[in-house]
Amino acid sequence: MLHRDREAVPEALNLVDDRRPDRRAEALELLDTLERETPFPGASRIGLTGAPGSGKSTLLDALVRELRPRGETVAIVAVDPSSRKTGGALLGDRIRVRSGAADPGVFIRSLAARDQLGGLAESAWAAVAILATSFDRVFVETVGVGQSEGEVAALVDTLVYVGTPGAGDTLQFMKAGILELPDVFVVNKSDIGSAAARTASELESGVGLGERNPSQPVAQVVLTSARDGAGIAELIAAVDAHRQQQLDSGTLRERRQLGRETQLLLALERRYGSFGIGKLGDPPALRERIRKDRRSSAFALLACLGREIEDALEKSS
Amino acid sequence: MSAPHPTGRDRPWVFRTYSGHSSARASNELYRTNLAKGQTGLSVAFDLPTQTGYDSDHPLARGEVGKVGVPIDHLDDMAALFRDIPLDQMNTSMTINANAAWLLALYVATAERAGVDAKLLQGTTQNDIVKEYLSRGTYIFPPEASLRLISDLVSYTVDAIPRWNPTNICSYHLQEAGATPVQEIAYAMATALAVIDAVRDRDDVPAEAIPKVVGRISFFLNSGIRFVEEICKGRAMAELWDELTQERYGVEDPKLRRFRYGVQVNSLGLTEAQPENNVIRIVLEALGVTFSKKARCRALQLPAWNEALGLPRPWDQQWSLRIQQILAFESDLLEYQDLFDGSHVVEAKTAELKADARKELDAVLAMGGAIAATENAYMKRCLVESQTARSRAIESGDISVVGVNTFTTTEASPLTEGQRSILKVDESAEREQIEQLVAFRNARNAADVEAALTQLTDVVRNGGNVMPPSIRSAHAGVTTGEWADVLRRLFGEYRAPTGVVAREAEGGSEQTAAVRSRVHRLTDQLGRPLKILVGKPGLDGHSNGAEQIAVKARDVGMEVVYDGIRLSPEEIASSARDEGVHVVGLSILSGSHGVLVIDVLDRLRKLGLGEIPVVVGGIIPEDDADRLRVAGVRRVYTPKDFDLTSIMSDIVDVVEEYGPGA
Repeated sequence: MLHRDREAVPEALNLVDDRRPDRRAEALELLDTLERETPFPGASRIGLTGAPGSGKSTLLDALVRELRPRGETVAIVAVDPSSRKTGGALLGDRIRVRSGAADPGVFIRSLAARDQLGGLAESAWAAVAILATSFDRVFVETVGVGQSEGEVAALVDTLVYVGTPGAGDTLQFMKAGILELPDVFVVNKSDIGSAAARTASELESGVGLGERNPSQPVAQVVLTSARDGAGIAELIAAVDAHRQQQLDSGTLRERRQLGRETQLLLALERRYGSFGIGKLGDPPALRERIRKDRRSSAFALLACLGREIEDALEKSS
Repeated sequence: MSAPHPTGRDRPWVFRTYSGHSSARASNELYRTNLAKGQTGLSVAFDLPTQTGYDSDHPLARGEVGKVGVPIDHLDDMAALFRDIPLDQMNTSMTINANAAWLLALYVATAERAGVDAKLLQGTTQNDIVKEYLSRGTYIFPPEASLRLISDLVSYTVDAIPRWNPTNICSYHLQEAGATPVQEIAYAMATALAVIDAVRDRDDVPAEAIPKVVGRISFFLNSGIRFVEEICKGRAMAELWDELTQERYGVEDPKLRRFRYGVQVNSLGLTEAQPENNVIRIVLEALGVTFSKKARCRALQLPAWNEALGLPRPWDQQWSLRIQQILAFESDLLEYQDLFDGSHVVEAKTAELKADARKELDAVLAMGGAIAATENAYMKRCLVESQTARSRAIESGDISVVGVNTFTTTEASPLTEGQRSILKVDESAEREQIEQLVAFRNARNAADVEAALTQLTDVVRNGGNVMPPSIRSAHAGVTTGEWADVLRRLFGEYRAPTGVVAREAEGGSEQTAAVRSRVHRLTDQLGRPLKILVGKPGLDGHSNGAEQIAVKARDVGMEVVYDGIRLSPEEIASSARDEGVHVVGLSILSGSHGVLVIDVLDRLRKLGLGEIPVVVGGIIPEDDADRLRVAGVRRVYTPKDFDLTSIMSDIVDVVEEYGPGA
């Protein structure tokens, strides 16, 4: 994996998704090695979120078509909801990301969110870690309904929110008070015209209102049209500028660290619930413990903390 | 009280048979035989490479040349197709859409070369792109660009080929995709309005020409087994069209508001089980569009009784032609005025359909019309929902299909004995077509070709009408693929939304629940949920079957990657690897399963994924199915496997038996 071996990627992704105990142990070992050995900052990790129909897939297709001729390789993790009734999932409509189906420089893995309502598949975390070893950019695409953005933001270096001109979802997004999360706003389908310009200006004025971390650069607003390719290069430039700012200020390391903690806590909560986590002490103390433990990888730490919770639960029963 | 028609019998509609296969020469022979048997018009079926703008030697054309229709690469092919057929007297319908302008240009050039004035040509180019996005799948360009090509063709023919029907708005394929009568009416009307609006908004069409344009718009309808409802549907459409064209475009002349339509009766309802029953179905469906004089079709083509088994032979097509001739010449159908005027029942049903269709039409118009409702997948989603409801009703027995879900006990049919009961396309057709294409390319004047393509590029880029430079290109020896490549570069290529994703999953029946618990149990064996790739290799765009499978697989708890249509075997194999699926399901209706499925199997093996089981569904004759199984396909499903839940259960068996980790 560490040798950027694309051939090994699909099997590695299958492995980290596997729930059988022996495979889990193997997966942990792999992820542990990857976290320790992957050089910083490595691949650029980009989240792409927005309401259904905002054109995320078409936009991704345009991004791939722009990036491939530059010689950059691209991996996409696409997360779609699972049906609560049946457990099944229709993944993707990947039909629109077709620029590279037979191009080894493009990789697409669709994931079902499984039991994570409106959230991110748990294996997305591991998938990003694997793909980051073999591709220049890793995109994480999710349907944004105001619930998963926080999780995606913790997983990537730059979160891009895709909105459509005149759509109510942008307003909802602002109302939901999560305007501070995205680092780049895209108004897609800008060929629609004046509505696009209006939405862009709404966003531009809205961005300033959100409670943003002072160290966080002010979010950019970019107009794109996947249809005629307008604004695609600008979007990539905005993403790269955001990453560069974070590298210059040293905040990227911090963001990755924070993301690591968040992912770990979420994973623990999924498995053991808040009652289980409570066995490890109060939340700030637990966060502190995770933060300080720099020897183990997040994945090893997850296994270790999990065992502690299990032991505690056993004793108390 | 119905009295005999005062002037005697009415003139019958145009009799056609949708046909063409192998090569221009073979199809020309077929056409001339059919005309000698009393057919009165031609209906050209093109093969999929021609319909999607690829030359016969393009990699994507492999296995598809001459399969579902005739390959037309250049002017010599078109000329061979119509050899010894007088074009000034013939009425020719061409089922061609994304590149209709090009095939019409070839037809015009063929006429000109034979010394026939283009003004005398009569016929129809289907030229309706919306239903391609929704159902049929042979689109190339994005909606806006396609609409522009359609309106180019309309505005050109209105003056230059005044007896030509430049576009045939199709509700046919909507019904095949599951549309209810109301959806059929509403979406066809919405499409027609989108076309006329586009022509109206052009600078080169004066406002006073619009009534004439409206008068040239024709429709292509389907007719299903509920033939009483079909009679009412035809009447409802005639009334609605009359009202809409007056309201929206102020057309005063009632003749120009007449609802003119051709029909191919329903293929969706034709069964593989007890296929002889299909003849009775076809007769009833033909009645549905001829019974009521007020809503009688202008042209009719009937499928063959054995369509669900494979390609029909000339004898099978003759049987369908005879149905039309008996109806028109033996029966007294054409001796009467409208039989349903004054029928309370028919009038009430017609009014109901019309009112409901108007409501649905208004909904589509409110979101910006047919193009907007295509791009946002609204219409597609509604069709997938209707289709899903239909297949559930057949599974549950709420809809009776004789020989399929009821009265299934049968004697062996003497009609389907042996392997000769369907037509085999000559396997050498593809090679010969390519040899001729190469020879044609070598013989033409390269400078002429280049000049024609440069002019085509300039005219299209500058917003001019695509027809004149296309006719010039046809004469210069440009090929189908070259013409389409110019437009692909200028317009880009389009991928239509699939419409499957947005639908909410359903718990379904007890059987569905039983399969679902098997799928869930299998998760422990596999280590993760069962993941399936559903794909359509090749150029065949009929995605309804694949979409129904994808939806059903989700409903039984599988994680489904649906990659849509027009995939190369290479794309399918690499997608299976990258997505980490446990099983691959392929759907092919074009008859090119032999080449494409085996190619997918080979590529999977090359990627070290030979252990992933592959199942195939489609119109696959039994001996082909045997060959596929020998090549390594684990299961073959055909139209007789209508019970999707059983198919799912079977796929679980396959994964348990052969799947990775099994």
